[in-house]
Amino acid sequence: MADDRLIIAGREFKSRLWVGTGKYKDFAETKKAIEVSGADVVTVAVRRVNITDRSKENLLDYLDPKKYTILPNTAGCYTVEDAVRYSRLARAAGVSDLVKLEVLGDERTLFPDTAGLIEAAKILVKEGFIVLPYTNDDPIVAQKLVDVGCPAVMPLAAPIGSGLGIRNPYNLKIIMEMIKVPIIVDAGVGTASDAAFAMELGADAVLMNTAIAGAQDPIAMAEAMNYAVQAGRLAYKAGRIPRKLYATASSPIEGML
Amino acid sequence: MHDAIHIHVNGEVRTWRSGATVTELLQDLDIRTERVAVELNLEILDRAVFDRRLLKDGDRVEILGFIGGGSL
Repeated sequence: MADDRLIIAGREFKSRLWVGTGKYKDFAETKKAIEVSGADVVTVAVRRVNITDRSKENLLDYLDPKKYTILPNTAGCYTVEDAVRYSRLARAAGVSDLVKLEVLGDERTLFPDTAGLIEAAKILVKEGFIVLPYTNDDPIVAQKLVDVGCPAVMPLAAPIGSGLGIRNPYNLKIIMEMIKVPIIVDAGVGTASDAAFAMELGADAVLMNTAIAGAQDPIAMAEAMNYAVQAGRLAYKAGRIPRKLYATASSPIEGML
Repeated sequence: MHDAIHIHVNGEVRTWRSGATVTELLQDLDIRTERVAVELNLEILDRAVFDRRLLKDGDRVEILGFIGGGSL
């Protein structure tokens, strides 16, 4: 699928599977899982540096910035002010203007505060950020995010870390048909079939963390997700057969006795 | 000799010497400058000024970097 590249804001991505880097046992496992997943975009969080114990290793020692696009997120931000502040800090600490924007609305569901999200996106786009917003599966909000300048939209499949899979395929499908920028299904994937399903619906990419990091064998699950995203993409491009209630014979009647 | 000052670094009070720069603070903490963002009294500093910005008594310094994360 060499001609099937994902392009966002002029940047070309090889992989349609993007992965988070949290919740792994150690950095060696993080690195291995990412390699096996085939992902070339990895998300990271921005946090205070540990100033009392400098012996701790750094995640970025394990991730070659030439090989991976580092996508900082604003995870844990519940206000527009915090999300904007963390985005600016991420840009100051990093090398690019990319940010996965999260403005959360509620601790129990981690659902996005979509009003705050649109407001924060507007501010950051004006400051030159490439804003990839984590949003709800709401087509109207998705369009508003595009209107304020987001070059891609990242609707959730289900609550973050829930593993519930694609809860509302019809809304996601409407988003994919209505919205003219790449759609990255983010959060809620539980297993390989969920990722394949998202891609079969027409998602441009899938982003996940817990489904891989929380699996009993994260490396094996990373490989499964790699295949699932590729299979789902191929199936989407191949064009599935229509669903019919009754059988259609696939062997000819001619030549029967 | 420089006078001792108190600054807040990532929420912890530290005794520091007046007239020291942000670069010197990072060196003392064994932190590589190319991987962190520094916020001084809520102002995000450009890396280019780390060498010039002097720390003074009561300053609040936040040093942030990237850690593993998906979403939260």
